[in-house]
Amino acid sequence: MSDQKMTIHLKIWKQESENSPGRLVDYTMDDVNPDMSFLEMLDWLNERLMNEGQEPVEFDHDCREGICGSCNLVLDGVAHGPYSATAVCQLHMRKYKDGDTIVIEPWRAKAFPIIKDLVVDREGMDRIMAAGGYISVNTGAAPDANSLPIDKYHSEIAFDYAACIGCGACIAACPNSSASLFTGAKIAQLAHLPQGSPERKRRVVMMVDKMAEEGFGDCSNYAECEAVCPAEISITAIAEMRREYVKALSEIS
Amino acid sequence: MTATKNGILNSKVPEGDLHEIWDLHKNNLRLVNPANKRKFHVLIVGTGLAGASAAASLAELGYNVTIFCIQDSARRAHSIAAQGGINAAKNYVNDGDNVWRLFHDTIKGGDYRSREASVYRLAQVSNNIIDQCVAQGVPFAREYGGLLDNRSFGGAQVSRTFYARGQTGQQLLLGAYSAMMRQVHSGKVKMLPRREMLDLVKIDGKARGLIVRNLVSGQIERYAGDAVLLCTGGYGNVYYLSTMAKNSNGTAVWRCYKRGAMFGNPSFTQIHPTCIPVSGLYQSKLTLMSESLRNDGRVWVSKKKNDKRHPADIPEEERDYFLERRYPSFGNLVPRDVASRNAKYVCDEGRGVGKTGLAVYLDFRDAIAQFGVDTIKARYGNLFAMYEKITAENPYEVPMRIFPAVHFTMGGLWVDYNLSTTIPGLYVLGEANFADHGGNRLGASALMQGLADGYFIIPYTLGDYLAENLHTTKVSTDHEAFETTEKETVDRINRLLAVKGKKTVLDLHRELGQVMWDHVGMSRNREGLEQAIQRIAELREEYWSNVNIPGESATYNKYLEYALRVADYMELGELMARDALDREESCGGHFREEHQTEDGEAVRDDENFSNVSAWEYRGDDKAPLKHAEELDFKFVTPTQRSYK
Ligand SMILES: Cc1cc2nc3c(=O)[nH]c(=O)nc-3n(C[C@H](O)[C@H](O)[C@H](O)COP(=O)(O)OP(=O)(O)OC[C@H]3O[C@@H](n4cnc5c(N)ncnc54)[C@H](O)[C@@H]3O)c2cc1C
Ligand code: FES
Repeated sequence: MSDQKMTIHLKIWKQESENSPGRLVDYTMDDVNPDMSFLEMLDWLNERLMNEGQEPVEFDHDCREGICGSCNLVLDGVAHGPYSATAVCQLHMRKYKDGDTIVIEPWRAKAFPIIKDLVVDREGMDRIMAAGGYISVNTGAAPDANSLPIDKYHSEIAFDYAACIGCGACIAACPNSSASLFTGAKIAQLAHLPQGSPERKRRVVMMVDKMAEEGFGDCSNYAECEAVCPAEISITAIAEMRREYVKALSEIS
Repeated sequence: MTATKNGILNSKVPEGDLHEIWDLHKNNLRLVNPANKRKFHVLIVGTGLAGASAAASLAELGYNVTIFCIQDSARRAHSIAAQGGINAAKNYVNDGDNVWRLFHDTIKGGDYRSREASVYRLAQVSNNIIDQCVAQGVPFAREYGGLLDNRSFGGAQVSRTFYARGQTGQQLLLGAYSAMMRQVHSGKVKMLPRREMLDLVKIDGKARGLIVRNLVSGQIERYAGDAVLLCTGGYGNVYYLSTMAKNSNGTAVWRCYKRGAMFGNPSFTQIHPTCIPVSGLYQSKLTLMSESLRNDGRVWVSKKKNDKRHPADIPEEERDYFLERRYPSFGNLVPRDVASRNAKYVCDEGRGVGKTGLAVYLDFRDAIAQFGVDTIKARYGNLFAMYEKITAENPYEVPMRIFPAVHFTMGGLWVDYNLSTTIPGLYVLGEANFADHGGNRLGASALMQGLADGYFIIPYTLGDYLAENLHTTKVSTDHEAFETTEKETVDRINRLLAVKGKKTVLDLHRELGQVMWDHVGMSRNREGLEQAIQRIAELREEYWSNVNIPGESATYNKYLEYALRVADYMELGELMARDALDREESCGGHFREEHQTEDGEAVRDDENFSNVSAWEYRGDDKAPLKHAEELDFKFVTPTQRSYK
């Protein structure tokens, strides 16, 4: 715990609405406590702004524990900022030094229109899920949970992919704005589970096609997505997705 | 004022043997035939476990569903943050578990303040939940043989908790979310993101619609339907700091209370003992550390007051392992409420640790010496890493500092056995209702309850109501009830925006939170509660005359959203204090200092308080009226909890 105070210079993207022009606005804070989380620093700034009669900065957040996927800030060009495998809500100011300047921007992608300031519309991701990111089983129709043993190896791999928090950092970081890591993670999770098998082909085709339709780009293996993923989803998800897609197409046609 | 047993609170529990009540009841519920299901429209608020599972299940049956989500995606609902696990009576480990034991542990853990039949049903459907989730692809932990693994949790002597690493809530919610998204794809569910319900529309005494704010455009929208399901979670954020997500709030339940739904046990709050302490005024929320840590960590403070020494410099004989000292048989594993209260007491005595003095140590030194670093790392590695991320201290070397935090609200809108409130057509599911946890919730039981309500109870009980309303005329949003309710909402927003005072919403919410924490928190007494009621009334006045909200209503405006929620907390907080004052006993998380044994243990009063208090709103200028649903224990015998 620290009594120390730091001065931090912020350059924050401000934009009234989707179609209005945006710009970086400078703010200086001279009372940043190193134990503050990054979002608490923004709360603190907003409180000051409101007390001075100015407009606060809008940003998305909810759990502040790195699990809901709401927070979405690009810090100095890096989605979720400098601390790897960490959503920006879990980043603390002690990672910075007195006098640092930080540029704060929203996720940027064609498929993510800006709502206001740092808040963007990510609903395209939900539409990809709706296209096939599930196993079709109605409530009440399930057999006993232990009637289907699943070997630990595959169930652990499925979990690694299932850990995706759906924040969209992968898309924001990708030069093509591809949603391949996000989409691939769900496809790969369900491909490793026997329950997912009956719909395997249909699922991958529906989801991949939807991804393109929503305006997300293709993957050209930059691997920027993996580097910024707070849930450490491996890029092998994309390889699995491609394999599933090719297999599905060849078997369907 | 009290009106006891006045008949308004009909729990609708049928007569019968505990194990057959639910089946008997299902046999008697009316059905809606498939062609008619298509004629009904159900409005659901909140997309956590309860809301998502209900939306999916009702749409599968053929009902039309519109569901409102406060976040941009249903997958972000607060349930996502649950860590530890979900209970079920599968008895896969062959340790003697069964439905009866799960029922009994839950009733006892709740300190005998919940309804037997409801809790028994919860235990009965618990097994179906696990089956359903596995079929959806939820990756629960497994053994090498490929079968599901279980762990044990507080308040039980069997291993019945299913888990998915430390992310059980995430995986269960993604399961329910995916089932719901499948119905979005089929067109049966309409999912409206970034929407907040601000009021309920009643027509002819029935719930027929909602007033909702579009959080992107700021527009006020109207929605009409045949029934409304509130699945809006807990209201722990009334305390300002809690482990709840920032968007979680009490507005939905509070607005429905003001429209005539009764509020059950509003003061029953769970304060979790193992959270990371507050570090400064800027603190915006608290982070839970799994209670499994108490299996190996030892809780202590110095015997001396204001001892500023480094923990390593405090010799063994000068340490007070206060839980082990006071509760030799349960030691560090006493239930959540007991552990929390004792931490508060040592801090009140001036023996708290850390800079603020509001923390106690949770020390792994002895466990590391006994089992080795590797074993401790295997058990708690991710928790230790999370702790270090937040505090920059290494718990392998320095004891953790922990402090209690508000975590769950057992209270909520009163519902009968069908999950219906006292307003016909208004149902409440999950943490938002008062139902199954009595005075204290056991670990891993909230996830179970949310999914039980959504997957396995509401699909049956809602049909009964809709069947009865097959010929009720459809309403349009042009109906004058929509007009007036919308106008009241708009007026409220405009009045708040017009105040343009000197304090931020955060300032005033912090002040309210402090009053709640000090007087309506872990330990309560008459004087403090009376003070709280008065202080909250003053704060409310100040709020409406001195709050400063930026911007306008017809845009995205997070601080306006927040301001509306805090305005409701300013009223809800008072009801919580009133309920705590009225309940002259100690039970579960509700500890009244006047009702304790000589050595400080809780004393229940079964003679006068074996009941659920259900409060009726009678206008802003009148005190609410208390009704009581008597709890009739036919199958278990209430005993006094003892952990000595
Ligand atoms: C950190 C943490 C760990 C936990 N771990 C466990 C565990 O291991 N096991 C266990 O059993 N339980 C656990 N719990 C408790 C459990 O997670 C919750 O009780 C449960 O998930 C609640 O589910 P729900 O569907 O009722 O509500 P929620 O998941 O809270 O969903 C309700 C949603 O509705 C939204 N909402 C509120 N008001 C409105 C409105 N007016 N309009 C629109 N939307 C609204 C909320 O923002 C929220 O997202 C934990 C809780 C916390 C905080
Ligand atoms: S706020 Fe939930 S992940 Fe950051």
